[in-house]
Amino acid sequence: MVPGKDISTLRFKVIRQYKQLLFMGREYPRGYRYFRENLHAGFKKNAGLTDAKEIEQKLKFAEYIEREIAALYYVRKYRAMKRRYYDNDN
Amino acid sequence: MPLRLNIVVPVKRVIDFAIKPRINASKNAIETKGVKFSLNPFCEIAVEEAVRLRESSKGLVESITLVSAGSAKSLDTLRAGLALGADKATLIEIPAIDDSKSLELEPLAVAKLLRAFVQKSNANLVIMGKQAIDDDSNQTGQMLAGLLNWSQATNASKVTVDETSGVVTVSREVDGGTETLSAPLPLVITTDLRLNTPRYTKLQDIMKAKKKKTEKVSPEDLGVDISSRLEILSLSEPPKRTGGGKVNSVDALIGKLKETGAI
Repeated sequence: MVPGKDISTLRFKVIRQYKQLLFMGREYPRGYRYFRENLHAGFKKNAGLTDAKEIEQKLKFAEYIEREIAALYYVRKYRAMKRRYYDNDN
Repeated sequence: MPLRLNIVVPVKRVIDFAIKPRINASKNAIETKGVKFSLNPFCEIAVEEAVRLRESSKGLVESITLVSAGSAKSLDTLRAGLALGADKATLIEIPAIDDSKSLELEPLAVAKLLRAFVQKSNANLVIMGKQAIDDDSNQTGQMLAGLLNWSQATNASKVTVDETSGVVTVSREVDGGTETLSAPLPLVITTDLRLNTPRYTKLQDIMKAKKKKTEKVSPEDLGVDISSRLEILSLSEPPKRTGGGKVNSVDALIGKLKETGAI
């Protein structure tokens, strides 16, 4: 394997993951600004990584965060609907 | 011949669930200026269910077509549905009555539009949200099934398709239990909240959705009269809750109760 190539595909993946998270941040309850600043800081902290294994590990973590945020949004919507239409005792 | 499903999913653009609706200055409609709109949550569940049917069995679902009746802005809503995994979308464009809003359609008008659309297509299954969170009518699906003379299964919480017989089995949550219906195609299904959990759209899917085919038709093309039968005279907010008061003793409580005429 060409060593440089491996890193560049990872780089692409990282950027794509960053964009996806940014996109999700638009709906974040505490506001887009707060979300973006934290997300940016989080990615920046690991910007210097060069070991492919380590980068992949961090990517996994980013995917986990993505799933968590999606779940947060879903639960928020589900609860709002449930309160509105299914809880009859209030 | 193996069973092939051609699914039509009608969707609606509504004020986002997280936003508290306000009444406009002339007290006859909800203020829509500068308000965030999104895909109706129940419609989202319907689109997701169609996509899951496709994923559950290869070759079962031939097409998933979205359709929405509304202003040109409903195209954004259709795109959101396409990003969830539908194939193509049709907007039945409702002309604007003034700059800010277009005619608010009644469920019967929507059902007639959908009937004309479904009859033109080769659909054999309609999956739609049971109601929209703006006017909460919960009527369109039932009316559509009636107009088409198709079977209907409303408030579905589970849908299974038997690929050999073409019989669809639907579970519905009813008071104190679950009711299970089965019906041959064609069929109209309306979705309940617990049918599935819609996926969160990937950015790439939104990009791909931009390339999917969308078309516009007018109510006249479908030969449907959409004029309203009802007129909204006025809208008002529910009365504000007045706060309670504390009493210090039993006597004070009795006094208060006598005051209000409760005893």
